[in-house]
Amino acid sequence: MNIDCPLPADIEDTIRLGHGSGGELSQNLFRNYIYPYIKNPWLDQAHDSALLTIKGSQLVFTTDSFVITPLFFPGGDIGELAVYGTVNDLAMSGARPMYLSCSLILEEGLPLNTLKRIMASMGRAAAQTGVHLVTGDTKVVERGKGDGLYINTAGIGVLEHEQEIGPGAIRAGDRILLSGDIGRHGMAVMASREGLSFDTSLHSDCAPLHEPVRDLLAAGIQVHCLRDLTRGGLATALVELANARGVSVEVQESAVPIDESVEGACELLGLDPLYVANEGRFVVFVPEEEEKAALDILRCHSVSAGSQRIGLVTATGRTGVILKNSLGCERLLDLLQGEQLPRIC
Amino acid sequence: MCLGIPGRIEEILNLVALERTARVSFGGITKEINIAYVPDAVVGDYVIVHVGFAISRVNEQEAQRIFDYLGQLGDLEELG
Amino acid sequence: MKFLHEYRQRPGIERIAREIVRITTRHWTIMEVCGGQTHAIVKYGLQQFLPSQIRLVHGPGCPVCVTPLDIIDQAIAIAARPDVIFCTFGDMLRVPGSEGDLLGVRARGGDVRMVYSPLHALDIARRNPNRKVVFFAVGFETTAPANAMAAFLAHEQGLNNFFLLVSQFLVPPAIAAISSAADTRIDGYLAAGHVCAVTGFESYQQLADTFRVPIVVTGFEPLDILQGILMCVRQLERDKYQVQNQYARAVEPAGNPHAQHMLQQVFEVSSQTWRGVGNIPASGLRLRAAYSVLNAAPLFDEKRSCPDDTRGCISGEIMLGKRTPPDCPHFGESCQPQHPLGAPMVSSEGACAAYYRYRAQVITSDATDRATHEH
Repeated sequence: MNIDCPLPADIEDTIRLGHGSGGELSQNLFRNYIYPYIKNPWLDQAHDSALLTIKGSQLVFTTDSFVITPLFFPGGDIGELAVYGTVNDLAMSGARPMYLSCSLILEEGLPLNTLKRIMASMGRAAAQTGVHLVTGDTKVVERGKGDGLYINTAGIGVLEHEQEIGPGAIRAGDRILLSGDIGRHGMAVMASREGLSFDTSLHSDCAPLHEPVRDLLAAGIQVHCLRDLTRGGLATALVELANARGVSVEVQESAVPIDESVEGACELLGLDPLYVANEGRFVVFVPEEEEKAALDILRCHSVSAGSQRIGLVTATGRTGVILKNSLGCERLLDLLQGEQLPRIC
Repeated sequence: MCLGIPGRIEEILNLVALERTARVSFGGITKEINIAYVPDAVVGDYVIVHVGFAISRVNEQEAQRIFDYLGQLGDLEELG
Repeated sequence: MKFLHEYRQRPGIERIAREIVRITTRHWTIMEVCGGQTHAIVKYGLQQFLPSQIRLVHGPGCPVCVTPLDIIDQAIAIAARPDVIFCTFGDMLRVPGSEGDLLGVRARGGDVRMVYSPLHALDIARRNPNRKVVFFAVGFETTAPANAMAAFLAHEQGLNNFFLLVSQFLVPPAIAAISSAADTRIDGYLAAGHVCAVTGFESYQQLADTFRVPIVVTGFEPLDILQGILMCVRQLERDKYQVQNQYARAVEPAGNPHAQHMLQQVFEVSSQTWRGVGNIPASGLRLRAAYSVLNAAPLFDEKRSCPDDTRGCISGEIMLGKRTPPDCPHFGESCQPQHPLGAPMVSSEGACAAYYRYRAQVITSDATDRATHEH
């Protein structure tokens, strides 16, 4: 019996789709190819947006690009996603979202009617969340160079409270609250992917999250950290926060709500729902004594009606996220590796 | 080695022998699955699905057996 | 979900576990052949329910792990050609060849597409008559009927732009090879439930007789696996070596005759190289002469022999049950899922990846396991 086992080529010389998955590869890309050339104290805040102090005002600044096929998916479209995504990044810093920019990269051949629908959707989403799209730009690329349309939005919000909210404020003993069931967005989008398609009434959870956050802060709840769950899912978000703060986190698998449709699709395709994308879910870290009051407030809002405590910060010093399953066994969660690929085995 | 998931046949869609398909539900989703290899399967049956093919029917009596056995084990433990 | 959730409940699992503890009097080494079971054992932490005398070792039942390097290299070369649409299950996209993987081919402009079913690759061929569509037909007996159906329909419908790159494996010869290896002692086997759903298990009795080992056809949920172990241990303790069927809800003794018929029409048995293990006679499948026109291998003539390259990965020994992933000096260090040294770290069913993913518990249980075995 011979034993051969080769080294893969370790020279990564090109961008892969996995670099955009929000997991380990995305982090490597940022750490090795982006951060070294532009590093500054604001980037070191390790949050989805930057806190800026300008003439005594505390502003929060963020940007996000939206590339999604299909442009219209069950429960949403790229237009509202581009507004909600940036509004949510601002909200997760504890800021009141105020102004957004909107940059469109349009592909030659995109029906103007499609553009009209998407802009109408952006307008509605802005009105609903109380932000204004105050500046923007359009560029057109040749047919075949884009998926119909890409949108970039940047956003500015204002901080109206004294709390420090971010990974740096996480403390041992903090309770981790999750605003609802996970994986809807990723599976709703996957349902329409060529070759993997399945029939489902699943809708994306795409939604703005600024209202429950606003109410938590208005009620004076001590909020240590907020993070919306996007690419890479719940697991990736928790691992990122645990790593940023250097704490260990324990999550009860049975406490994490998952809809039967999401579960069925994940079983069928061999995916782990903990790593599936969301667009309208977030986690909140609060001290133990604030748990009940925080849950009461969260549950008043339809976007976070299904809020649950899913775990806690166990200790500082050791870093890691441990998932306890219903059989009492523990597993260590990692960042998403590359893309999550459906599997047959 | 082979991910096989039990799903319920909701509707037979295509009757051509080799391309016989059915709408099969898994939790809250349904997918069109080739059922050529389980020609006797009918609506309401559960089948094990692998890469878009039903490879066997789930035998509900056999599925119950392990729970009967667990019951016996429990009785023994109580006698303990 | 019916037929899944009932088999994941703690009380029943604990009850079976207590029974295993009650009847076990000696040390036994049991191999679960199938990577799906490895995955479940580690994911649910089933080792913690077992007495220290029971050692589980993980077999070669993962097509991703055993597809040989030269076929991976061939796949990569074919996928890179501009006239080809290369279709594969998601599992094979990240498997390292000698130079990169299929995702790397896609990143450099190759048309590599992920499919859920072989029939989808067939659709792609119908819709792209001017391109050659090559489907990477990997798998064990469970996947073979699906791959065979795609070949059969392509042939039947006169699709002349659809080809298969075949890398098919058979379980029983692998069990025989592992049992014959002089330095391996496996006391009993859990056979792969979904493989047997297709093939049945009548051919397994000869293996059980020849090697005097109990073989229990086992399902994939925690309760199934523990019951499979219980049935296996009960035989061992009574010095019996029968083939038993724990997974009777999905497996008939004769398997699925319709699937077998299609499989035999399209494929014939051939020798096969298992990555990390070597060549095992009559352990694979190839297209029969009548279907050889669908064979992608000669068409592209991209086969390149690659040097044996050990680089310290011990995947072969792991797949033969001689060692476990934590025994490897590279495990979790220079070999991790994001930069795997070998296939068992790539596949979610690979023993190494499973151990890595669930290492929080494994490291502790393996330490106690080793301590008990050092007496």
